[in-house]
Amino acid sequence: MKVNGKQVVLEKSLSLQEYLEREGYKTQHVAVERNGEIVPRSSFPEIVLSDEDSMEIVCFVGGG
Amino acid sequence: MLTAQEFYGVQEKRHGREKQKLFREAHVGIAGLGGLGSHVAVMLARLGVGKLTLVDFDTVDETNIHRQHYDIADIGKPKTSALREQLMRINPYAEYCCFQEKVDPQNIGRLFGTCGIVCEAFDKADQKAMLAETVLCTMPNVFLVSGNGMADVKSANIMKVQRPMKRYYVCGDGISDVDGSCLFAPRVVLCAALQATQIMRLILNMEEI
Repeated sequence: MKVNGKQVVLEKSLSLQEYLEREGYKTQHVAVERNGEIVPRSSFPEIVLSDEDSMEIVCFVGGG
Repeated sequence: MLTAQEFYGVQEKRHGREKQKLFREAHVGIAGLGGLGSHVAVMLARLGVGKLTLVDFDTVDETNIHRQHYDIADIGKPKTSALREQLMRINPYAEYCCFQEKVDPQNIGRLFGTCGIVCEAFDKADQKAMLAETVLCTMPNVFLVSGNGMADVKSANIMKVQRPMKRYYVCGDGISDVDGSCLFAPRVVLCAALQATQIMRLILNMEEI
């Protein structure tokens, strides 16, 4: 699948929640678009990623 | 004191009649009136943006002065009122809708539902994410412009505007967290200026970065 423009190989079936946690993201600190649609945080655990997916993950840091 | 006609006459001469018309017709919402939001509001008021919705629950305190567009005399005032006073001195002919309340997923539609563009100017990462999720999920015709990564004293050259999603622009270096560093006025203002520049471009129907 594609994440932030880069090709990523999914070695096993993962939910979006599992993928984000594995990659070290805090799920409360991200905005995720999958295949052109924003994903509500409440759907992270139930979305199963596929090789055809294209995602944009914006990870926020504090300060403003 | 300038009359409205004199004020907008000068604006038109400086910015061009067509652009000024678009600025005057625009309605921009600003969520958070701290280091980013206070400066963005001032820049948009100078452009002559016709309507600003300004939302912050907080009052000015002594820890704000080093980077936010307030001064010592503002300490203790709600940020909405302190900022409105300044904006009225820059352009008294625009409409400033102020809400002293905390933004949450339930009130975002009421606060920002009629804005064409929303500026995310919070300081906490989870609040930034909450606003992005809610605006992008529930307001299909709104553009959102965020600030992300402006702490520390790194080079200005790593700050930029990105467009990760069709209606979403993210300004800043994306990495410099206030947790582990401090905020310094020049980089905060630079990030605010990137946001204000993108907002200006969106008002002028220029969506590309």
